[in-house]
Order: sequence, then C-alpha cells, then structure tokens
Amino acid sequence: MTYKVLIADDEPNIVVSLEFLMKREGHDVSVARDGQQALADIARLRPDLVLLDVMMPVRSGIEVLQAVRADEALAGTKILMLSAKGRETDIAKGMALGADAYMTKPFSTRELAARVRALLTGGAA
Amino acid sequence: MRIDRPALAAALAPGALLALVGVALAGLVAATLEPAERAAVSALLAPRAALLLLGWLVLAIALGVQARRAYAIWIAGPARLAEAAQALLAADAKLAIELPVASCGAGARALAEVAQRLARQREALSRDVDARVREAARGIEQERSRLGALMAELTQSVVVCNLDGRILLYNNRARLQFRALSDAPALADGAELIGLGRSVYAVFDRRLIAHALESIQQRMRNGAAHPSAQFVTSTRSGQLLRVQMAPVCEPPVAPQPTGALSGFVLMLHNITLEFEQDSAQDRLLLALTEGTRASLGNLQAAVDMLELPDLQAPMRERFLSVVRDEVGSMTTRVRSLAAATSEGLKTRWPLEEMLGADLVRAALRAIEALPNGRAAASEVDEGLWLRVDSFALIQALVSLAARLIDEFAVKRVQLRLRRDGTRAHLDLIWPGTALSTETAMSWESGPITVGQEATPLTVRDVVERHGGEFWFQRERTRHEAYFRFLLPLAAPQQPLDAAATRHGDSRPEYYDFDLFRTGAPARELDDRHLLGLTYTVFDTETTGLDPSQGDEIVQIGAVRIVNGKLLRQESFEQLVDPGRSIPDAAIRIHGITPAMVAGRPRLEQVLPAFHAFAADTVLVGHNAAFDLRFLQMKQALGGVRFDQPLLDTLLLSAVVHPHQTSHELEAIAGRLGISLLGRHTALGDAIVTAEVFLRLVPLLAEQGIRTLGEARAAAEKTWYARLNY
Repeated sequence: MTYKVLIADDEPNIVVSLEFLMKREGHDVSVARDGQQALADIARLRPDLVLLDVMMPVRSGIEVLQAVRADEALAGTKILMLSAKGRETDIAKGMALGADAYMTKPFSTRELAARVRALLTGGAA
Repeated sequence: MRIDRPALAAALAPGALLALVGVALAGLVAATLEPAERAAVSALLAPRAALLLLGWLVLAIALGVQARRAYAIWIAGPARLAEAAQALLAADAKLAIELPVASCGAGARALAEVAQRLARQREALSRDVDARVREAARGIEQERSRLGALMAELTQSVVVCNLDGRILLYNNRARLQFRALSDAPALADGAELIGLGRSVYAVFDRRLIAHALESIQQRMRNGAAHPSAQFVTSTRSGQLLRVQMAPVCEPPVAPQPTGALSGFVLMLHNITLEFEQDSAQDRLLLALTEGTRASLGNLQAAVDMLELPDLQAPMRERFLSVVRDEVGSMTTRVRSLAAATSEGLKTRWPLEEMLGADLVRAALRAIEALPNGRAAASEVDEGLWLRVDSFALIQALVSLAARLIDEFAVKRVQLRLRRDGTRAHLDLIWPGTALSTETAMSWESGPITVGQEATPLTVRDVVERHGGEFWFQRERTRHEAYFRFLLPLAAPQQPLDAAATRHGDSRPEYYDFDLFRTGAPARELDDRHLLGLTYTVFDTETTGLDPSQGDEIVQIGAVRIVNGKLLRQESFEQLVDPGRSIPDAAIRIHGITPAMVAGRPRLEQVLPAFHAFAADTVLVGHNAAFDLRFLQMKQALGGVRFDQPLLDTLLLSAVVHPHQTSHELEAIAGRLGISLLGRHTALGDAIVTAEVFLRLVPLLAEQGIRTLGEARAAAEKTWYARLNY
C-alpha cells in the first residue's frame, strides 16, 4: 500500500537520503523546507506520516507538532521527530507533545524505515 | 562689709538679757521698798550709776563675745558645713571641695572629716569608673576601626544591613560594585544606591531578601551552626549577582542560646562575566554536539544509501557529494571551535593579576639572592599586566637561573618581558650557547629545586598552570640563549580597580552600627527627631541671582547627614554646562569659568542624578529658598520633582540667635566655631552648611525644638518675622 509521507527538514543533505529512502519504500513523498511550509503541506496534502526535523527555520518542528496535534482534523497524522538534540529532556518534550516517535541523529536508515513501517501499519513504533 | 545679722544678734543678746534682768530685778526690789527706803537706795546708787553701767557694759561685752563665738561654732559653722556638704553632694565628683571646718567645734569637725573622706572615696571611685569606661570605649573604638579597616581592604563586596534593609556598613569594593550596577544617571557615582542609611532594596527585590531571611531563620530554629543563604539575582541594570547572606544576631540572653536576629550581612559577587564566559562555553559545546550529530546523521543516511546494491550512478554521485560536504563542514566546525576555545581556555589554577614589571623586579631580587647570582633586566614592557601564579613562576625562574649558574658557570642572567599579541614573552637570557636542547628539556620536566629543597612542581607544571608554553632557544648571532615563558596577559585593568583609590587618602567611614538600633516603625517625618533623620545638605553655584531672568546653575554639590553624622565621602559634586555665558561678577564669586563647564552635562542630565542622590532625605540648604527656586524652575526639564521637606540654616540660625544681625553663612560659622575651608565651591559650601546645621540642632533642642515639624514651624515663624522687618 502506498502512503503519503512528508519530509520536513531544511537540510538538503539529509533530505536527499530520506527522500530516496521513502521513495524506495514505495511511498508518495513530498518535501517541506521549513516549519511554515510543513504546516501548509500537512493541511493540503494530509500526509499519513511526517518526518519532522526539530530545528527548522520560520517555525520549529516543536511548533509544527503542537499545531498538528491541536487540529482534530489532522488527528490521524503520524509524526516521527528527527533531531540533533539528543538530551533526555528534548526527547521527553517531543514525546509529551504528542510525537509518535523520536529519533536522534545520527540514526540508522534501516531502523528509521522499520519505524516508519511500523507506524504506518499501526504497529508499535 | 556685709553685716552678719544673726552673729550680731548673738553678740548683742547677752547684754540685752543682762539689762533686762537688771531692770526687772531693780523694779521688783523697788516694789518691796518703802518710799523712804527707795529714796535712800536711789540716793545711794545715783552717784554710782556710771559705775553700774560700766559693770554692765563689761559683763555684756564679755558675755557677747562668748555668745558670738558659741554661735559661730555651734550654729553658723554647722550650717555652713551642711551647705558645703550639700554642694559636695551635688557637685561633679571630681571637683575637690574643702569643707570649712576651721570655725567648727570638735564634734562637727570630726563629722566633717568623715564626710570629706567619703567624698574623696567617691571621687576616687568615679575617677576609676571613668578610666574604665574610657578604656572600654577606646577598646570598642579600636575594634570598630579595625573592623572598618578590614572591611575596607576586603576584595569581596560586603554590605551589612539592619532588618529594615538599611545599610549600616559597606566597603569600598561594594561601593564600586553598586556603582557598576547603577542604572541611574552615572553622575551620581553610585552614591544614590549605596550609602549609610540607604535602603538595600534599591538594588535587591525586597521579597528576595525576605525569602532569604526567612530561610535563615528557619535554619536557626533548626539549630544550624552557621545558617546562611545564597541566591543569584539579576539586578535592574541586568547584572548577575551571586549573593551570600549571613545573619547578624544580638548577643544571646540566657536562657536562649542564640540572640535575636538584628540584621544581615550580604556578600556580593558579580558573576555576569563568569556567567557569560560559561554560557559561551556551553553554547560552543552545544553547537559542537548538535552540529556533529546533524552531520553524522546526514553522513550515516548517505552511507546507508551508498551501501544499497541497486544504486544508480547519478544517485551514487549525489550521496557521495553529501559525504564530502558533511566531512568538509565537520572539519570547519572543529577548526573554528578549536580557535574559539584556545583563547578562552580557562586554566583552573587561580591566577592573580600582576604588573609584569613588578614580577620581573621580584624575580631579579630572588636571583640576586642566589650564591654568585647576578641578574639584570633587559627589556621590560612597563605597561604589561600578566595573569600569573607569581610565586610558582619566580620559583621556576630562580631554579633555572640557579642551574645555569651552578652547572654552566653563567656569570650573569637577564630577564626580558615583551608583549606578543595577546600573550607575553618572559625570557631568561644568558650569554653563551653551551646548553643542549636535551638538557633544556630535562630541566623543563625535572622538579624545581630551591636551595636544597626540591618542590613537587616541574617547570612544565608551572607553565601548564598558566595555560602557557615554554621553550629553549639560541640566538647564535648574538651569542646568547634563552628560556622563554609564554604567559597569559591580564585584561586591561578595569576602571573598577583604578577607581578603588579614589577615596584612599583618608580611610572613609563606611559604617554606622548605631543604625542597628533604628528599627522603630517609621513615623510621620514631622514627628521624627531631628537627629534621627537623613539629610541631603546641598548648595548650588549659579550665573546670577534670578532664574526667571535666565540665570542658570553651573554647579551642584551635596553631602549626606545620617544619624547625626556628616558623611563626607557620600557626596555629590557636578559642574553643569549652563548653556549661556557666565558673568564676570559670578566668576569672581565661585571661580567657575566657561572653560570649566564646557562639555559638562546639561542640567536636565544632572537633575535626575541629584534627585536620585537626594531621594528619601530631608533637604537642607543655606538660604535654601534661593537654590530651591532654581531647582524647581528647572525640575520639569529633568522629569523629576523636588518635593521633600526643606530646612534652611539661615532661618534656623535666626531661631537660635534672634538678636544677631547677620545670618550669612560665614557669620554663623564664625559664631559656632566652624572653620571655612573650600568656600564657594558648591560642595565646600554644602559641607560648611552641614556642619552649621549639626551645631544648630542641639541649640534648637535647648529651645524645645526637637522634631522636624517643630523646626519647620519655628523657621516659618522666623521667616514671617523677618519679612516684617
């Protein structure tokens, strides 16, 4: 089954890999370069899953997360946070605000793909 | 000559009595005689009347003299004695009053002797008590000034407050720190924040202090031996202060083991700079970890993709370029981090700031003290400040010099100190190039030896302590060699330290422990005793007499009086640019020329500073109405209002000495015995006015004028009285 996946990250060097990976997994992939665009794309495209970078220009990943979780129309959207912020507190904050999963950079793409799969098919992340 | 009536009466009494008895007897005898017998007796006595009279007179005089003497001894003498004894009782014990015993009887004389002895005993006792009191007072005064001196020299900021938060002691360092904290106009020099009797709440949030006090009291109740509290606060000017608070307690009264809390000590440490340095380090560290994580994430993902067997060539090239790109950015990041930290790298060893030339001089002396030690300064940058562990560094230099002298027969060494960018070169130079690099290296890592004693330190340790470097170098052309220490420079000396000696000539009185006792609830100002109030005594110099005709202030000077003490060091003195010419007549009075006020702040800048300095005090001035009129006409410019109570020494002097014709400042000062120094500078006049005011207060009290309200009322009455003239 094909899912819609939105990659929200401002760093082209990670976007290129994520995009390639997700397409390889057979998903319908789109890319947002900042938080503002991510929110607009989420509302417009209604992705099943968002790979959301925490540190983005204009609006941060945390703000995007909060906005999505505050919008009931977007309730089914899975959000996987990706971040270079690796402190316990950062992870706790992301999870508390409603992220479905939180992965700190660097991560293995295999693990990422597995998590995405699990989230999309409704299994445990 | 005064007639002693009682004595005269006593002398005449016997004669009168004798006469009375004689006449009465004669009458009685005559009554019993027949007329013929009476005639016969009278015929017998009449021719001898003179004789009888003479007999009476002789007897009367003899008895009179005796009676007078008896009166003197038994009545007048004891009465005088009693008066004298009474005077003795009332008099100052030290006055030696001799009792008049000469004309007293033996009994009274013995009594007087005893009284005199008692008096002498009392006198001795009183002298003894006085001496002890003086000694104790001297002891207390010594302790106080020792404490004051100690506080003044402390490099930590110390402020002592009573429970109302009023400052009763502060040291110079605290004064400078408060000045740095002041966000008020810089002109007040921080004196509007720190000063005896001023409230510490101008700097600290009242609730913060209350909270800290509460936690100290809690700890005291729990029986803590050294209860203290610590907090960090940012001040209104954005500085970060670490504050340690310790309680000040009354001496304990049995059965309580500790006395009641009567105040607190604050030790202040400005950590703004440290905090900024630490934050910068943290930011660097965070940037490094987060940046590295991101890059590693990108690398990992790209490498994962590259490992895929079915990757097409264009995508493969794409991921390879990601790898190259990220490796490049990580390299750049590490390089810039290394550059940033090498400058800011803090050595943990506490280093002191020292004038490099002083270090060189001390090292030369130490080397000269070695056997055969001869040393001289070569080239020394006199202005260089170093951050060094001077003791360890001099030991290292001396031990190296000693080895050169002992092992290589070096006759004479030289020290050279030069700046090299952000660091300093300290070179130990000697002629000849015999020393090998290997030997030099072994000296560097060998223990420092001073005399016969090896210390646990090596030259390398000392160098590392300074975050510095050390090497050995030869200059063949000059036929000499040197050891070079690369040492950190100190930041240019902050104005804080340079200003530390501003009041250094005489040790200022920065404490007033009497303020511990002024915890009484604040009463209406008018009901408060004149001596218990805080005053700002001020004076202005102007371009002329009439502000409404365009005259302006050219100088404001003021001092504070707290608790009846003139605080000369808490003063305000500022020249003001009047924005107009200064007439010659005015220059002749105050000597302030246009050149002196050029570039000085305008009144609208000075007024807020002076207002802050005078906040919460009673204004005092001589002919203050004049100065106040200037201030009040201009106060709107500075956006402030001078609405404090005002006392005028001119009017108060008229209250105290209504019959004097002159109440000019000179005249009053002359009457009250105050020397006139520095007159006709605003500060000089303010100080004279303050001294005059302090002398007037007890004179006012003699007239029953004790409170501010009474003084104001009396001054007002005099003012109207003077108007009538």
